[in-house]
Amino acid sequence: MEYFIQQLLNGLTLGSIYGLVAIGYTMVYGIIGMINFAHGDIFMLGGFAALIVFLILTSFFAGIPVALALLLMLIIAMLVTSLWNWTIERVAYRPLRGSFRLAPLITAIGMSIALSNFIQVTQGPRNKPVPPLINDVYHFGDITFSLKQLVIVIVTAVLLAVFWYIVHRTPLGRAQRATEQDRKMAALLGVDVDRTISITFVMGAALAAVAGTMYLMYYGVASFTDGFTPGVKAFTAAVLGGIGSLPGAVLGGLLIGLIESLWSAYFSIAYKDVATFAILAFVLIFKPTGILGRPEVEKV
Amino acid sequence: MTEQNFPATPGLMAKALKEGIFAGVLALGMFLLYVGIKTDQNINNELIWYPRWGLLAIFVLVAGIGRFLIVGFVAPHINQRRLAKAKAGIPEVSEDKGFFRKHFLKIALVALVLYPPVVMSIYGTQGSLKFVDNFGIQILIYVMLAWGLNVVVGLAGLLDLGYVAFYAVGAYSYALLSDLFGLSFWVLLPIAGILAAFWGIILGFPVLRLRGDYLAIVTLAFGEIIRLVLINWTDVTHGTAGISGVAKASIFGIWSFDVGASNNFAKSFGLPMSSAYYKIFLFYVILALCMLTAYVTLRLRRMPIGRAWEALREDEIACRSLGINTVMTKLTAFAIGAMFGGFAGSFFAARQGFVSPESFVFLESAVILAIVVLGGMGSLTGIAIAAIAMVGGTELLREMEFLKLIFGPDFTPELYRMLLFGLAMIAVMLFKPRGFVGSREPTAFLKERKAVSGSFTKEGHG
Amino acid sequence: MASGTTTMSNDTILKVEHLSMRFGGLMAINDLSLEAKRGEITALIGPNGAGKTTVFNCITGFYKPTMGMITLNQKSGKQFLLERLADFEITKHAKVARTFQNIRLFSGLTVLENLLVAQHNKLMKASGYTILGLLGVGSYKREAAAAIEKARYWLEKADLIDRADDPAGDLSYGAQRRLEIARAMCTEPELLCLDEPAAGLNPKESLALNTLLRGIRDEGTSLLLIEHDMSVVMEISDHVVVLEYGQKISDGTPDHVKNDPKVIAAYLGVEDDEVEEVISEELEGGAR
Ligand SMILES: Nc1ncnc2c1ncn2[C@@H]1O[C@H](COP(=O)(O)OP(=O)(O)OP(=O)(O)O)[C@@H](O)[C@H]1O
Ligand SMILES: [Mg+2]
Repeated sequence: MEYFIQQLLNGLTLGSIYGLVAIGYTMVYGIIGMINFAHGDIFMLGGFAALIVFLILTSFFAGIPVALALLLMLIIAMLVTSLWNWTIERVAYRPLRGSFRLAPLITAIGMSIALSNFIQVTQGPRNKPVPPLINDVYHFGDITFSLKQLVIVIVTAVLLAVFWYIVHRTPLGRAQRATEQDRKMAALLGVDVDRTISITFVMGAALAAVAGTMYLMYYGVASFTDGFTPGVKAFTAAVLGGIGSLPGAVLGGLLIGLIESLWSAYFSIAYKDVATFAILAFVLIFKPTGILGRPEVEKV
Repeated sequence: MTEQNFPATPGLMAKALKEGIFAGVLALGMFLLYVGIKTDQNINNELIWYPRWGLLAIFVLVAGIGRFLIVGFVAPHINQRRLAKAKAGIPEVSEDKGFFRKHFLKIALVALVLYPPVVMSIYGTQGSLKFVDNFGIQILIYVMLAWGLNVVVGLAGLLDLGYVAFYAVGAYSYALLSDLFGLSFWVLLPIAGILAAFWGIILGFPVLRLRGDYLAIVTLAFGEIIRLVLINWTDVTHGTAGISGVAKASIFGIWSFDVGASNNFAKSFGLPMSSAYYKIFLFYVILALCMLTAYVTLRLRRMPIGRAWEALREDEIACRSLGINTVMTKLTAFAIGAMFGGFAGSFFAARQGFVSPESFVFLESAVILAIVVLGGMGSLTGIAIAAIAMVGGTELLREMEFLKLIFGPDFTPELYRMLLFGLAMIAVMLFKPRGFVGSREPTAFLKERKAVSGSFTKEGHG
Repeated sequence: MASGTTTMSNDTILKVEHLSMRFGGLMAINDLSLEAKRGEITALIGPNGAGKTTVFNCITGFYKPTMGMITLNQKSGKQFLLERLADFEITKHAKVARTFQNIRLFSGLTVLENLLVAQHNKLMKASGYTILGLLGVGSYKREAAAAIEKARYWLEKADLIDRADDPAGDLSYGAQRRLEIARAMCTEPELLCLDEPAAGLNPKESLALNTLLRGIRDEGTSLLLIEHDMSVVMEISDHVVVLEYGQKISDGTPDHVKNDPKVIAAYLGVEDDEVEEVISEELEGGAR
């Protein structure tokens, strides 16, 4: 039982990270119907930004409080990835909006390849280990819960609350939802569609940067290839939850985190990703639009 | 950054300057951490960092000045040209075809057949290896894979992000079966194709009801599942270590390329021993396989099944209203695409003599898909051009030793291969969203065969 | 009204009995029964949202009805229960073809190719399910040539012969409507269901459409027609069924329906007790 709860906690932590990245996929998909393949690499860029900020901070201010360091890492990573995603949308996706549907997908894949190789070229191909930022561990009986897990879960929860508030309670969120429903109509009613889409990319990037920072903190290592596997899993999470649905993305992320940690614990670590993908395929076969996705009515 | 509609607007330079500065500042923000600072491990394996301000300055200046030039000079120039063109009323697609374009395929085929002997006579037997192998075989494998995927994506309009799975099935089928049963390449080639098609049907059957991007993610998932199984099922596949010593192909069992064999090709003809003969042989094999793929695809397009694929891409509901069994139609597209992937895979195994899961990562699927889309969906010529440009172009980078003279001896052009590949994908899509060849050739006609402009064709919902 | 009877004479081609279709809380069709006679043009009319397209979708298998039975009676005497067949089987085996309210053409294929796709099943068989065709067997070549001839026949009928080699997406709206009909006819249907074929046509095109539809009927294909344009309905249909809120409110000859107070009320949107008034006004206004 303890073991089970332990794995549940681990899964929850991992799932929070996936969920944050999945939101970026699902928002962009919802608003412009495009799979933003480069989003996983934005997550990776976020991790690297946090890593570099961490290095600079610790070399200049050796005794800096951990909380302050973490906050600075988060903020700067969010800013930098936002700039990137804003520019990427502007340069690579916007000119193709409304054209041939596969074109933006291909540019996104190209962007993903370019971004990971950009980091490989500029920062080198080796894994980058960072010393652990937070070491505290709590014991409840046989269950261990580390402070960093707690931080991850809390930061995720707070961000989701803020995010939910923005989408459901602000004019910006209203513009986003309107654009999602009907871009042309929204534009006619005075919504600045271009700006709304830009902001969506910025928000997705900021959440991905947070996830990237958390991922770095959790595993203590960064690599230029980090964009792919977590990216695909987060995308899987978004689809599993029902792409386009924000609660779905979070739910999907948590589910995938849980599947992964429970499968590794009880079956085999080697096949944990196989399990994730197989469950995705299985769910889609029976529920073709994901768990919380609106069923697609075939208008004839 | 609104579009400049008229050339030589008064405030143009001020605007260009403003945008240039903006771009420079933006680049500073984007590159400050990644380019301006380099992280590295020291001897104790601790991370250290040092600044690279010079490089950062170059990035910022290139972005700023580049944007300034584009806004101030390039964009007005382009707009002017477009305006002039529109005034003159020249249609965007010119209809007349020169001799070269009309006979493009025949000329290309002759050139390819002559390619190995020509290269050999110029660079000698050993010197030709690089050209035949890296530029010939490598590109032709991608041509074949892309033509195979074209059936699924370009004709039937089903987005498949896991095509490399069938390539893997073909490669492992050959590697394992030749090892287990000692069967020859020529026996196993069709078997590998059939096995891949079989997998195509098995994977396709449950998922082909899915629409659009759901299909994309599930095919991606299947691609990853197959790769992960290859990695983890070590008893059979030897995991990441891969299978080495895969048997070479022979010339229909008459001549062998095994060094020790009595019927060794070079020995039989009294030639000096060289691996170049095997490569040249392989070149012709893959060329023949490509031709087979092209022939079958072209024939199928003119058959009811091929038309149904294209109709499916255009409108699935209309297809069903005409009595077409769309599930079967999709499955055949999937299976035939997979079969070509399987052929290419078994060829790949015979060529490398080694297979490992490393060769079947998602990136390969992405590259193949990119070639199909960059070439122009459905167009064999366009896809071949895209394969040559993208694969040949990146191979060329390996050859650019002279760059070391410019950038110093530490410069490894290979490192930039995939970076440039990615950027090229973006650039081609931005300038030609429908690929190199955007129009499609009708499969039947009453009076005259007129190419259908790309603006009418749909890309399918998958 | 003869709904509910189980016997079916051979001059009835389609019989819909107690058909209901529910979408969540909405009863789009509620216990609808109707018949279409062989060799006739049966029109299905009714205000927007009455459920006409939904009836078509049930007949052609795109929706599975919540309840009810749809029987198709072929000339040969073969009967099909359409609600049990998949959509493509309905066209393939039961020989029912349809067009769509929002035109659905293969816009990137040429006009001729559109008509060849419609002959898919026949050609598939002739090509030995592709295998014999790949080998270039003569019988397939003959069938393929015959398919082109058939396409040519319908292109001429639909006045599209000059556009045969152009992409379908390049045609004018009216021509696209005609092409969709020609394409449906290439499946050799016994029953052709047309969803608002005259929508968006100009008077001249509308007239040509009438001729085309009569021609189709006279060649032996029965028609089921949804139409808003009353001039078309009154002009060409032999029998009219009127729907409102998913229920049949009138059924009979065009003249009968035209004068049915319920129909007039439905179209003018008045309460039941005002119907009398409306009728008297109508009578005072004189016959149309
Ligand atoms: N797939 C569906 N899901 C939910 N409701 C539907 C669906 N299809 C149709 N409806 C509803 O059923 C009702 C009848 O629609 P239908 O399209 O059959 O009307 P119609 O008579 O063809 O109208 P029109 O003249 O406007 O074409 C409408 O209220 C419509 O919204
Ligand atoms: Mg309707």
